[in-house]
Amino acid sequence: MGNILTILVALIFVAAIFTPFLYGVWRQKTGLYLSFIPLLIFICLLVEALHLAPHEGFILDTPIVFLPGMNLAFRIDGLTLIFGLLISGIGFLILLYSAKYMAKYERQGHFYTYLMFFMGSMIGMVFSDNLIIMFMFWEITSVASFFLIGFDHHREKSRQAALQALLITGFGGLSLLFAVILIGNICGSYNVSDLLRQHIHVGNHPHYYLILTLIILAAITKSAQFPFHFWLPGAMEAPTPVSAYLHSATMVNAGVFLLMRLYPVMGGTVFWKYSLMITGCITMFLGAFFALGQRDLKRILAFTTISALGTMVLLVGIDTTDSLKAALVFFIVHGLYKGGLFMVAGIVEKTTGTRDIYALHGLFRSLPITAIVTLLALVSMAGLPPMLGFIGKELIYEAKMQLPDVSWLILPLSVGANIMLVAVAINIYYQLFTKKKDREDIVLHYKEREIPFTMLLGPVVLAISGVLLGLYPQMLNALVSNALYFMGNIVYDTKLSLWHGYNDVLRVSIFTVLSGILIFILRKPVTKLIVKMIVWFDIYHLPTLFTNSINNYLKGAARSTNRIQHGYHRYYLLTFFLVVMALVALQLFRMKNMEITDTAPGPVKLHVLMLLIVSSLAVVYTVFTKSRLAAIIALGVSGYGIAMLYLYYGAVDLAITQFLAETVLMVIFVLVIYYLPEFAILSNKKTRLRDGIISLGIGVFVTLVVLEARFLQLNEPISGFFAENAYTMAHGGNIVNVILVDFRALDTMGEIAVLTLAATGVYSLFRFQIKTIKKLKRRGSQELTEPDSNN
Amino acid sequence: MEHLIAIFIGLLYACGVYLVLRRSIVKVILGIFLLSNATNLIIFMAGGIKRGGVAIIEEGAEVADPSLISDPLPQALILTAIVISLGMSAYILALKYRYFDVTGTHDLDQLKNTDQR
Repeated sequence: MGNILTILVALIFVAAIFTPFLYGVWRQKTGLYLSFIPLLIFICLLVEALHLAPHEGFILDTPIVFLPGMNLAFRIDGLTLIFGLLISGIGFLILLYSAKYMAKYERQGHFYTYLMFFMGSMIGMVFSDNLIIMFMFWEITSVASFFLIGFDHHREKSRQAALQALLITGFGGLSLLFAVILIGNICGSYNVSDLLRQHIHVGNHPHYYLILTLIILAAITKSAQFPFHFWLPGAMEAPTPVSAYLHSATMVNAGVFLLMRLYPVMGGTVFWKYSLMITGCITMFLGAFFALGQRDLKRILAFTTISALGTMVLLVGIDTTDSLKAALVFFIVHGLYKGGLFMVAGIVEKTTGTRDIYALHGLFRSLPITAIVTLLALVSMAGLPPMLGFIGKELIYEAKMQLPDVSWLILPLSVGANIMLVAVAINIYYQLFTKKKDREDIVLHYKEREIPFTMLLGPVVLAISGVLLGLYPQMLNALVSNALYFMGNIVYDTKLSLWHGYNDVLRVSIFTVLSGILIFILRKPVTKLIVKMIVWFDIYHLPTLFTNSINNYLKGAARSTNRIQHGYHRYYLLTFFLVVMALVALQLFRMKNMEITDTAPGPVKLHVLMLLIVSSLAVVYTVFTKSRLAAIIALGVSGYGIAMLYLYYGAVDLAITQFLAETVLMVIFVLVIYYLPEFAILSNKKTRLRDGIISLGIGVFVTLVVLEARFLQLNEPISGFFAENAYTMAHGGNIVNVILVDFRALDTMGEIAVLTLAATGVYSLFRFQIKTIKKLKRRGSQELTEPDSNN
Repeated sequence: MEHLIAIFIGLLYACGVYLVLRRSIVKVILGIFLLSNATNLIIFMAGGIKRGGVAIIEEGAEVADPSLISDPLPQALILTAIVISLGMSAYILALKYRYFDVTGTHDLDQLKNTDQR
């Protein structure tokens, strides 16, 4: 069984890569054929689930190596199976659904690629035993969701929503990586099974608070918790099947999964409890509250998802066996009804052309099956019997009531949220399906029997599963117990049942439903109030704030880049020179106290002095002359002066080279100079003065550095080696030449290569303008490549 | 004597930097020549110059006395540097020629994009 599972999961990715080609063959049937993979996975997982012993969790090793020393290994236990079953099961229905829903879209091949990647990485994330690999899959889900949300990329809203989702979840992904590495360092293993087996809890480690903050950041960004919730309503820009999948079983639930998976390692501390409870509470209430003020069906559902995710986070935070059990069951409940409702929203949109619930009415007669299915899902959402949602809600209430110290705060908020959800559920059904006498009938694009079977299958199957699981909840007992064993290490016999007596929990439930109905009756003033609040909230409209801050950041970056990278060559140099000056000054200051053994300076010879004076005058003349020719000649004079200086100090070879190089350079310069513009003074007086001061400063500092450097002998010079071995080893008398052609022959070869390159460059630069070359030749000048080496 | 040469190098640097900071590209190139010459001199000075004999082993002898000859190592380094700077200078000049040919300006501030005139 295990091998089949591995192959199937690998198959998802393979299929994902080849889908654009497969689409060319299969066309509209692509979704149908692809849906077999998740179906098979679902069956495999179901078989595993049925065979799973109460406290059994095992690893399926695969030969796929992700990172050195990190095989991809699947961890099978209650928790991963619950998530895996939902992901693959709903994934199957979604693929079937999109086969028809996406029929008129362009680039369907790409759509399926993204969707398959999304599904595969979600499954991989849930099952992977290794935390690093889990992080990798986590990131792939973010990237895949980016492409899916922005699938209609010709619409700006879509692109913006996609970017928002990517930035927020990507930020969470980074914190996850950080946290995972820290956990791995502390525990010595990245494998979940090792962590669980050794009962490692990092609560006492000094880095615990850092890790926990990072993990919570990762979870609440992915799971759209307040204040990061706003990307989720934006994400409904995605095609409906994607929204359905994203909300029901994947993506947003990944954060909840992360919290549940790491609960044994991190959970149970005061910080864990309160941070999760507070975030969850706020999110739960705000989501449910704002849902009633929306008109767009998908948007309403998105806000109820936020509320549901808040509930799950809250339950994980409450941190009792009951609350964990409630969270698990509620995850199933939510996946079943939310997937169905989104698919219904897609059907309604396709048939009527709108998603505005207030623009629709009386659809029951034309869409009876859809209506019944929706009713069942909404009943589950409102938490009424006989749906599984009822059990979920009862468990939640029970878990919250057991809290001794904070139940007075959490219970009212969560009852409030549920009241709103009941009202929302009734409102959706009422607006969509009941007939209003004063309004005209809605014209449908399709009749219900024209809706393809594959599109209806999803919501129907999900609704029926909801009823079945509601009536026979004991089917879940074994899986939930197993998951609880691995989460809390508690041996716990889960006994789910629809009816558990007339007790406090039931009384609160009845109160919830009655108040929900009351709110529905008073919906007009309440909705008005909520809309007003939303408008007031819009001042702090988080998506806009987010976009603005991103834009401002980009603007700031552009501004600072423009300031630094201004494109003015001389200001770059100016900056460079000033910094160098500052550094040199600093270093000279620091060396002030160094002991200096001054070697006696050589005597001043008159002829050398005159040489220096002449050269200096030539250099200064180069700067100030207005004639180009004079500048070059003056430059040559200074170059010759330097050559003489070399000669004076006994460097014969240097002097010869300098003479030759200077001559060649002057020849080239003279040849080119008359094709160049005359000197012009382009800068104003003030600039010249500034540059002059800076240049003088540089000159002074260089002088100081040269004087200092003269006394500095950090290491024994290796010149002695050359002097001793030039003749004995290399058989040459001229030591400088021997160094160049023998000891450092490779350097010289590099030098020749440079010259060759330069010559090629010069040649091609001239070559490309044949006309000019001809003109040059007419004037009797030679080819302008420089002579080869002077060695 | 060394102090004077150090001042001379400083002067070369000052003039080179001043020229490099100009807007006219011809002057910038002149500045680069000056700077490379000056830098060679610095290396030469850094070897700890003393007036010595030429770094050539005399006929018949096998070994030269390091204290009698001028230091051969910086000379070899500078020699390489001179040749390379010659190659570079030739290339820059050719480039400048083409550059003026294509853009029609010698003002670096006018050269803010790669568009031709």
